[in-house]
Amino acid sequence: MNIIAETAAWLSDPASWAGPNGIPVRFAEHVGISLASLLIALAIALPAGLYVGHTRRGTGVAVGIANVGRAVPSLALIGLVLPITQALDPANGFSLYPTIFAMVVLAIPPVLVNADAGIRGVDGEIVQAARGMGLTERQVLGRIEVPLALPVVLGGVRSATVQVIATTTLGAIFALGGLGRFIVDGIAQNDDGMLFGGVVLVGTLAMAAEGILAALQRRASAASSGPPGRAADRGVAGPPLPDIAPYG
Amino acid sequence: MIDWAWLADHVPALLYRTGQHLYLAAIAVVVGLAISFALGVVAARRRRLYPPFALVAGLVYTIPSLALFAALVPIVGLSVLTAEIPLVLYTLVILFRNVVAGFDAVPAEVREAADAMSYASTSRLLRVELPLAVPLILAGVRVATVSTIGLVTITATLGDAFGGLGFFIYEGARRSFPTEIYAGAIPTILLALALDRLFVGVQGRLTPWARRRPDGAVPG
Repeated sequence: MNIIAETAAWLSDPASWAGPNGIPVRFAEHVGISLASLLIALAIALPAGLYVGHTRRGTGVAVGIANVGRAVPSLALIGLVLPITQALDPANGFSLYPTIFAMVVLAIPPVLVNADAGIRGVDGEIVQAARGMGLTERQVLGRIEVPLALPVVLGGVRSATVQVIATTTLGAIFALGGLGRFIVDGIAQNDDGMLFGGVVLVGTLAMAAEGILAALQRRASAASSGPPGRAADRGVAGPPLPDIAPYG
Repeated sequence: MIDWAWLADHVPALLYRTGQHLYLAAIAVVVGLAISFALGVVAARRRRLYPPFALVAGLVYTIPSLALFAALVPIVGLSVLTAEIPLVLYTLVILFRNVVAGFDAVPAEVREAADAMSYASTSRLLRVELPLAVPLILAGVRVATVSTIGLVTITATLGDAFGGLGFFIYEGARRSFPTEIYAGAIPTILLALALDRLFVGVQGRLTPWARRRPDGAVPG
């Protein structure tokens, strides 16, 4: 009860919202780092996954990259990159790049694996029929495979987004920006209100992103599978299970 | 850039922290697997229980690890439990789904054949369904283990008594000492990659009949 009261007090204190260490600044940093990382990861992993899924070429490389990306702990990665970016760009290297780099590595595997698996999972007969109707390979991918694979592809984007938002907090351990600062500073200053306020803010952001993307995924799912209530919707989690794993 | 003398002085500490890292991760995965197995067996039979379990698991995964560890300190104090509760919770997110998916993957005909051969419920579960569920459960253990290796580094924020190799990353960051950061970060990465390969090998050994999924889509 005490913790809830302290958290509410911290969240409603105007001082928490003001200055360079205020909630709006840290929130903007958090969203900015997450968004930049996700966009970079999407720009790399989406075309790669669609290519691998469509051509079935380079599967081994894609799986290898995804496995390594999944295995590498984010905190270790931030620590690895930090001294390098600091040396290369003393002005900005410390504040943004290490976290963004680690978050790109974190976001690539789910997007890559789901894009590939989604395209691969499209019924081969539909693809053959499209080819028979004279569609070019590019049209087969753009008009047939991507729309049908969209729910699975979006599933990858969704897990990547939530993972990135939750994990961007780790940058704060190295005094980098983002909402994680409230958590780390809250521990350091023994300020439970700040600590739990930070937890509430990050959790809210992650859940909001999760909710939005889940809604998008449902819409894509309804569009690609016809009337609702088909086998895929009744199954445990739909094929394939979203690639989720909390990362350190 | 690298302070080799520091490294030479800290070989015993590095070994100790590596051991601690593996020990904290192993407890989490073993306890997580036991809980997931029990919950998964129940949910695979009583389908109605699956959505609430899955919902709770989904909520846990939106909580940042840094936050969960820190949040527990005022509540349960500072002990191995403070580190293990979040670690176990995070393994549940992965393992529960894979245990259920594993049992779901058992063909209905196999279960009916087992019934016809008058297997009792428990022996059907252990001797017929479990072996067929192993590939997916093991895939989950692999992801959970690798993920836990990463999460153990975050326990360093709880204090010097925790963190495994993450201790060096955390302390190195506090002291702005790159050598120490690398001494924690590089072995952590190697440990995660090595365990990932190890489990691929175990998967191949235990399930020689299951060809590896070409797309590598891990759980499922």
